[in-house]
Amino acid sequence: MRTQALDRFCSWLEQTPLSQAIQSAGWVVPTVQTIHILAIAAVLSSVLMLDLRLLGIVGSDQPLARVTNRFRPVIWWTLPILLATGVVMIIGEPARALANPVFQLKMLLLLAAIAVTAGLHKDSRIIAILSLSLWAGIVFAGRWIAYY
Amino acid sequence: MEIDALLRALEATGVAAAIRENESLFPWIESLHVLAITLVIGSIAIVDLRLIGLASLDRAAARLTSDVLPCTWAAFAGAVITGGLLFSSNAFNYAHNSCFQAKFVCLCLAGINMAVFHLGVGRAIAHWGASPQTTPLPARIAGAASLLLWIGVVAFGRWTGFTLHATPLVS
Repeated sequence: MRTQALDRFCSWLEQTPLSQAIQSAGWVVPTVQTIHILAIAAVLSSVLMLDLRLLGIVGSDQPLARVTNRFRPVIWWTLPILLATGVVMIIGEPARALANPVFQLKMLLLLAAIAVTAGLHKDSRIIAILSLSLWAGIVFAGRWIAYY
Repeated sequence: MEIDALLRALEATGVAAAIRENESLFPWIESLHVLAITLVIGSIAIVDLRLIGLASLDRAAARLTSDVLPCTWAAFAGAVITGGLLFSSNAFNYAHNSCFQAKFVCLCLAGINMAVFHLGVGRAIAHWGASPQTTPLPARIAGAASLLLWIGVVAFGRWTGFTLHATPLVS
């Protein structure tokens, strides 16, 4: 999806003082990307441990609720960090993200992943496999943004 | 220098040339590398935070470690293979990039830290029950050091992409 309105918004955002500041300070984007990747690591590993428990592969000697209580808060508390660092990257290079079909796909995957992850307390193998696949897909899409 | 010749020879291999020349091969391998490395660091962080005493206190450290470490090693194997392939495509420039060198130093220090932990204080891990939840001070220090070193691996890895000006030209 790429409309004229979106293009206009991107070029306006690019000219804002904040965007200019991010662009001219070379350390901002790599720093923010590093935090973004560390946050992704926290989410992905938490989802993995939860899913492996749901699939009965790891930690089956403990009740599901205990594993859920351990890892689900990590997922929810890390999402705002991902959002905040993501927004900084968007402001720094609006068109690279917003007008990019891979970024748009990533946001769709994210919505789906959040919906599925909200159901992760249910003892369902399908939800487990689906959530892990969606989060892995988000990582892939994230890296591919740089190439489109 | 002999190492430089070796690096150039690595670049000249068919696999390295294919990764360099094929437009989508590098991003695919890179995506797998990011996936693997996030799982490595995330799972190690679960153990580290338990050792420091900040998270998962309701699970004995030994139990939590055996839950997590198989995932860590599997992901680490994936990260090494994909990382090796990416490195081969541009071996000379990576090896001479100071951010990449720093990443490698962090990686080696993290390995040494882990070895020292397992051969030292970590041998008693089975005795650190779920209660009392505390771990000995050396274990907490090892956990904190591991966490910082792996953060360094990610940071220097990301900075490598921004400081490496030879092909590919994408960060």
